[in-house]
Amino acid sequence: MEFKYDGEVMTLNMGPQHPSTHGVLRLELKTDGEMVADAIPHIGYLHRCFEKHAENVEYPGVIPFTDRMDYLASMNNELGYCLAVEKLMSIQVNNRVRCIRIIMAELNRIASHLVAAGTYGNDIGSVTPFLHCFRDREKILDFFEETCGARLLYNYNWIGGLMYDLPVGLEDRIIDFLNYFEPLVDDLNHLFSYNHIFVKRTANVGILPADVAIDYGVTGPNLRGSGVKFDVRRDEPYLGYEEFDFDVCVGRGQFGPVGSCFERYIVRIYEVKESCKIVRQAIAKLTPGDVKESIPKRVKPPVGEVYMRTECPRGELGYYIVSDGGIKPYRVKVKSPCFTVMGAFREMSRGTMIADIISIIGSVDIVLGEVDR
Amino acid sequence: MKPEEIAVLLREQFGEKVLESKLDSLNPWSVVEPHAILEVCQFLKADNRLLFDHLELLGGVDFKDRIEVVYILYSMALRHRYTLKCRLARENPVVQTVESVWRAADWHERETYDMFGVVFRGHGDLRRILCPDDWEGYPLRKDYRFPEHYKDMPV
Repeated sequence: MEFKYDGEVMTLNMGPQHPSTHGVLRLELKTDGEMVADAIPHIGYLHRCFEKHAENVEYPGVIPFTDRMDYLASMNNELGYCLAVEKLMSIQVNNRVRCIRIIMAELNRIASHLVAAGTYGNDIGSVTPFLHCFRDREKILDFFEETCGARLLYNYNWIGGLMYDLPVGLEDRIIDFLNYFEPLVDDLNHLFSYNHIFVKRTANVGILPADVAIDYGVTGPNLRGSGVKFDVRRDEPYLGYEEFDFDVCVGRGQFGPVGSCFERYIVRIYEVKESCKIVRQAIAKLTPGDVKESIPKRVKPPVGEVYMRTECPRGELGYYIVSDGGIKPYRVKVKSPCFTVMGAFREMSRGTMIADIISIIGSVDIVLGEVDR
Repeated sequence: MKPEEIAVLLREQFGEKVLESKLDSLNPWSVVEPHAILEVCQFLKADNRLLFDHLELLGGVDFKDRIEVVYILYSMALRHRYTLKCRLARENPVVQTVESVWRAADWHERETYDMFGVVFRGHGDLRRILCPDDWEGYPLRKDYRFPEHYKDMPV
């Protein structure tokens, strides 16, 4: 939509306490009536300087801090960090550890996407899907609680292994859950995803073309919503993801151009189904083994540096670690997917209506804990 | 393209402006002169053999005698990666901006400015991004002293 100034431009602060900003994000809107001429994000309200903390604790001590960045997908966060340190120290883990890590990461991805879908509904004005999504997410959190005692911040992945093995019989209960849950994804689609009002609010809104998305460094479901078939699990596999059979879902342009809010949302729903497939395969591949077998007595990597990226529910989470040969990391730099997508926010929101801003923030699915770190 | 070939290509193209390469690292890298970073990046993005269209990470590292700015680049088209580094003086770290090459650099450079005080010459909007505008010092420098008060409030 072409924007024309025809009145007085007013500055409107949205946030940091606005409920639809998913945390503490402030948007400085330059509005002309209902039209938004510019939307400037101001971040940093949740800044805890994770990277400085990481320099002051030993390698294993960093793991709980990574949990607290993206608190909706902690399993994935700590997995990326552990893989980076393992790569630095050339540690190989056994098959059981790999499979359990994949099960946990994918279950966490489902839980995280359910929050994304549910809260998106809430933002747009539909409360029912929120309750549906959270009901099923609770069941996944119960599995995590059984496994490691925590529901959100796990500290479950350790460098070289896992904190505990799976509880007896958990595999069967996860399969039962998947049998129950998979049909419900279609229910959610009937109830919410293809709802006429929802489609009207999201398709054709906040369009991010593929080349612009790559230029801004946007990754994960947001990039795939723009139609780019790229997934770190497929294109740069870690943990043996290459042995798994799953599709990389991209936006299909059902109700308008690819790269719109709707496409970014629906990619997450497709991914939930793919994650269910991966969990089933990982459970089938589980072999007996000791999950603490390769945990080193002392974590003291050689001098060097490593960059490791993994596919988090929100995109690529990269860890750049510099080691000086000591027991504490010399530098840990996190490439946060939410931070980069917020960089592209101005591009997406220019020339839209104020109500569309809500729609755009919900569709990129940010967690401010990770934007600010 | 393999890192070795990229390093050779860079050396052919830019000669003395590529100061050093380390290819046996887990993350192969080359060090580039700070005043040449923009032209190197433009070449890396535009050359048909390289096509680095994705800036994955831009950050700083403080090695007590110098500050390094790290650029991790990836090519979505050709699926390869390479790392560039710039070594800057600690007292006056200045480097050209690469905002014009990848728009992702905008926020990453602001973050590096915020945390290390690296000035990106030519950047359109070089403000602090994570810390408040009136914050003193650069938190990720190794000699940073934690303030006891911020605006008379205990930290």
